[in-house]
Amino acid sequence: MGMTITEKILAAHAGRDRVEPGELVNVRVDLALGNDITAPVAIKEFEKIGVDRVFDRERIALVPDHFVPNKDIKSAEQAKMLRGFARKHGITNYFEVGQMGIEHCLLPEQGLVGPGDLVIGADSHTCTYGGLGAFSTGVGSTDLAAAMALGETWLKVPESIKFIYHGEMPQWLTGKDLILYTIGKIGVDGALYMAMEFTGPAVEKMSVDGRLTMANMAVEAGAKNGIVPPDEITRKYVEGRAKRPYTFHASDPDAAYAQVHEFDVSKLEPAVAMPHLPENVKPVSEAAGIGIDQAVIGSCTNGRMDDLREAARVLKGKKVNSNVRLIIIPGTQEIYRQAMREGLFEIFLDSGAAISTPTCGPCLGGYMGILAEGERSISTTNRNFVGRMGHTGSEVYLSSPSVAAASAILGRIAAPWEVM
Amino acid sequence: MELKGRAWKFGHDVDTDAIIPARYLNTSDPRELASHCMEDADPDFPNKVAAGDMIVAGKNFGCGSSREHAPIAIKEAGVSCVIAKTYARIFYRNAFNIGLLIFESEEASERIDEGDQVLVDVDAGVIKNLTKKEEYKATQVPPFMQQIIAAGGLINYVAERIKG
Ligand code: SF4
Repeated sequence: MGMTITEKILAAHAGRDRVEPGELVNVRVDLALGNDITAPVAIKEFEKIGVDRVFDRERIALVPDHFVPNKDIKSAEQAKMLRGFARKHGITNYFEVGQMGIEHCLLPEQGLVGPGDLVIGADSHTCTYGGLGAFSTGVGSTDLAAAMALGETWLKVPESIKFIYHGEMPQWLTGKDLILYTIGKIGVDGALYMAMEFTGPAVEKMSVDGRLTMANMAVEAGAKNGIVPPDEITRKYVEGRAKRPYTFHASDPDAAYAQVHEFDVSKLEPAVAMPHLPENVKPVSEAAGIGIDQAVIGSCTNGRMDDLREAARVLKGKKVNSNVRLIIIPGTQEIYRQAMREGLFEIFLDSGAAISTPTCGPCLGGYMGILAEGERSISTTNRNFVGRMGHTGSEVYLSSPSVAAASAILGRIAAPWEVM
Repeated sequence: MELKGRAWKFGHDVDTDAIIPARYLNTSDPRELASHCMEDADPDFPNKVAAGDMIVAGKNFGCGSSREHAPIAIKEAGVSCVIAKTYARIFYRNAFNIGLLIFESEEASERIDEGDQVLVDVDAGVIKNLTKKEEYKATQVPPFMQQIIAAGGLINYVAERIKG
């Protein structure tokens, strides 16, 4: 029996020829990640272990991104803890304000994660790097503390579900729409403890940005990891960028899957997830008409160049509705600079959008766009739980950047073709 | 070991934002987190929960973020254990790592009602509903997880391993 790509990466990091779903394995970690919310807890736990140094100061990434630039005194204290730990242990991949970005936009861009890697992060969207053909998964702060000490962690080998996306992507359809559609089909626990493997012609033609978006939301279906088999598109992205050697793994033709789902994308419409779960998915034309107060374009799901370009295409020459606040957040300093170079900022500013420095900000109801009671936001982020972006009486609708941009213009949920 | 307390009932897919909203994540102080435990699902919960009480919920408990603040808030609020049909995987892991006892039982999740008095025999994995006079079986905890519990959480387990 062959192995899936997920099983192969786990086997390689466990020093084994093969692993079976359900087995508990001890694996070597290529990179361990923490942020300004999760790392402070991890640092306190790390100090209880009784070791005086981290396993490898080049294989830990500390990214303050949730509440920085510091939103209040307590956040400042947490960020300070991160900075202090990074200095004390000489952590090379600590990213200060001015260099930082949203962690899951930043690490792929900086070449710190690559195909074949095994990455754990104390952040649930660590599964994003599967878009490059890595095994990556979210863990808690205590797991991060243990990994920082040992350079290894324990994992249960997940069963895999294979998703095959057939057909040509219609105009305006993006990776975000495919993953929302998929979660709508299988539910928020449809892939609980499992690996989601994204394949098929539509994914093979997709840019790395789109693939990272798809893998990013695997956790919204309960999955341990999401993964796209790496190919030439991946190679072009990582070449000259990767800071460590990388390995391309592929699933064997006779690998075993717990389930296989096949979808035809050619007739799909952009998707909108209605409150208050990412599985409440409707085609945009069925959600159209719902009035909104705010639109957010950014986050580790949709804060990359492809996303900003798509938003700009819709916003060019148009004005944001007078009842709407449009907030655009480039994912990293590099993306910020590139968007500026390409003239996207001019388009955004002319339309009446606010552009923010890279941060998670409103995505988790942190700051920079909190909702009042009764307000609605369309957002390119990944979660629409009760109170996720502010008051428990507010609502979040999830969509792609083009749908968010069109909605900002019309003041209600709208499809991009309504304004083009 | 036996746990005994009153059941507080919640539905399916209770997410980490409901357990501890992100607006309180600018601190990692367990007591402060506990004072907002389950606030967005039931604003009064932190006031009415008593030491030993249990949270009983449906499927996919703890879905969403990786914040360990969620099991920490529950544990520090005095909740003796969580009983649910299934758990989101990061929450499941975190609970064991920090030493919050959690049990998986479809029967218990369906049969226990708010306010029922519940007794859990931890070693036998048996959940007793004292109000309804019923008994339910909890899913067996994997041996490796039992070792973590026995060591008193992951940090102690790792510390022992490093010394050993
Ligand atoms: S952008 Fe949102 S989902 Fe992504 S890491 Fe930040 S808070 Fe989490």
